[in-house]
Amino acid sequence: MGSTLTSSRASERLALSLHVVASAVLVTLLGLPVVALVLRVPPGRLLERLRDDALLEALRLSLVTSVFATLAVTLLGLPIAYLLATRTFPGKRLIEAMLELPMVLPPTVAGVGLLLAFGRQGLAGPVLAAFGLSIPFTTIAVVVAQAFVAAPFFIAATRAGLAEVDQRYLDAAATLRSSPSRTLFRVMLPLAFPSLLAGAAMTWARALGEFGATITFAGNMPGVTQTMPLAVYLALQTDLDAAVAMSVLMLALSVGVLLGIRLVTPHLLPAGPFARSPGR
Amino acid sequence: MLDLRVGSRRGEFELELALQARGGSTTVIVGESGAGKTSVLRLAAGLDRPVTGRIVLDGEVYTDTTADIQVPPWRRSVGYVSQDYALFPHLSVAENVAFGLRAAGARSGEIRTRVAHVLERTGIAALARRKPSTLSGGQQQRAALARALVLDPRLLLLDEPLAALDLQTRRQVRGELRRLLRELETTTLYVTHSPMEALLFGDHIVVLEGGRISQVGDRDDLLRHPRSRYVAELVGTNFFAGRATATDAAATVRTADGDLAISRAEEAADLFVTVNPRDITLHTRRPEGSAQNVFAGPILELAPEPPGGERVRVVLGTRPTLVAEVTREAVASLGLAEGITVHASFKATGIRAYR
Repeated sequence: MGSTLTSSRASERLALSLHVVASAVLVTLLGLPVVALVLRVPPGRLLERLRDDALLEALRLSLVTSVFATLAVTLLGLPIAYLLATRTFPGKRLIEAMLELPMVLPPTVAGVGLLLAFGRQGLAGPVLAAFGLSIPFTTIAVVVAQAFVAAPFFIAATRAGLAEVDQRYLDAAATLRSSPSRTLFRVMLPLAFPSLLAGAAMTWARALGEFGATITFAGNMPGVTQTMPLAVYLALQTDLDAAVAMSVLMLALSVGVLLGIRLVTPHLLPAGPFARSPGR
Repeated sequence: MLDLRVGSRRGEFELELALQARGGSTTVIVGESGAGKTSVLRLAAGLDRPVTGRIVLDGEVYTDTTADIQVPPWRRSVGYVSQDYALFPHLSVAENVAFGLRAAGARSGEIRTRVAHVLERTGIAALARRKPSTLSGGQQQRAALARALVLDPRLLLLDEPLAALDLQTRRQVRGELRRLLRELETTTLYVTHSPMEALLFGDHIVVLEGGRISQVGDRDDLLRHPRSRYVAELVGTNFFAGRATATDAAATVRTADGDLAISRAEEAADLFVTVNPRDITLHTRRPEGSAQNVFAGPILELAPEPPGGERVRVVLGTRPTLVAEVTREAVASLGLAEGITVHASFKATGIRAYR
């Protein structure tokens, strides 16, 4: 009896140490690159590097394109997230699968697909040409590529947020003269706002980091399609410090977004609307 | 005037009923959970659509399945207060109350006046800027009521308005709500599972059992002439349904579990019979005398009525089953206890038999 107790205690201790070791490995894997980036270049040299014109141009392009991609995804994604959250209709499953696909598709494959769809020789090429439009290898192509890979993040988060809004509030609104579209704007969106914000932030972060689809569909032209991730990769061939400086900048942006969401979201969440749960 | 006749189905559950509510009156729909009370309100509000039926409020057709009419909730003059109030958590009390007026397109000056007025009337003017999550249950209830009333609906639907409150608050809010409903000229449907609330609030009481109306009437009808075991239990009386077999001065009513002697019956007919628990006398030995109905059986339960009160309800395992109500002194002097066998007697003249 005593020995079984000891052995079970020993196996518990072994299990715990395995958890600790595995966790340590993963934390190192995820954390060490970040530490390495920060340690590589002294802050003074970093700031100096950041004044580089090519870098500033890539940064400006990245910010502009990722913001436009986020706006486009938000405007176009909100209606479909609303429909998916509130309705059932034929083909819903298929549309859901299509909307999730970009999350798992290799970005370069996405880029090839975009070329074949919206390229000059692509499926929609003649239609676009008729309007005098040519998308590939333009700044618009960058936005399209970013929107393509990032849209699922916004749609998934927003859809979940809208679906979570309690039906009781929607019923209450309906009996208070509020039409469904008014209810959407006055009740659903305010209550789901934290989810929308989180979705938009994830979308923006994903767009900012986009590489594969961009270089395939939009190319790598400084000032036109060369975003930060492309510039970092290019700089790596010639000037490691420049690459590191840009990387640290992007790291700072990402951390900023993450912290921003964490800070803003709790205040937007309703503080337990029914802390006193109604008894049945 | 509300005229509602609906048939609807959700899975196994079927709802089939017709009810009329006089303009300005309060109709209480009372029934156990699962009887379909909330379903009736949701159909009246337009939140659900019946399979068959017609709902007309003051001459305006809201639902008519044969004509394919279903006016959506936001175009009905109906105020709905759900059981858990459902105040919008992102809006203050005043904004919650203003919500319907804004949606209806009222001007901001009018909104301000009407919101202030209704907050004053429901006694929560001081809470106007508070968020719902900071309110007590009673305050939330008043805010939800104010939010519905500010629109001056022609029909007010209240779903268990007191159920979410603790006992002490409930007593206080109950009084306020009665006063408010008496002042209002709004036709009101009030849903509750509580017989006491039904008797307190209902000008008109509708008893719902398993999706169907088992009885309709005013307080006195329900108290004197229950038409189902459920209603009898609500009003606390012994209840039997049976057939009068003889039609002379000493008739017998044959029920499913025993015969009862009644004073008279006009003709052979199906009857309901009630026996007031206070009219039943208990004896430890078989009584002599004039009581025509004597039943022997064990005492199943002794319960003070009200709890801690001066009278005791005695549940008897007789055939038919009876509940007697006796004084505490009688319990002591007869030495009544659970398990012992007693004789219950009551006179044929003490029975109320009706069709």
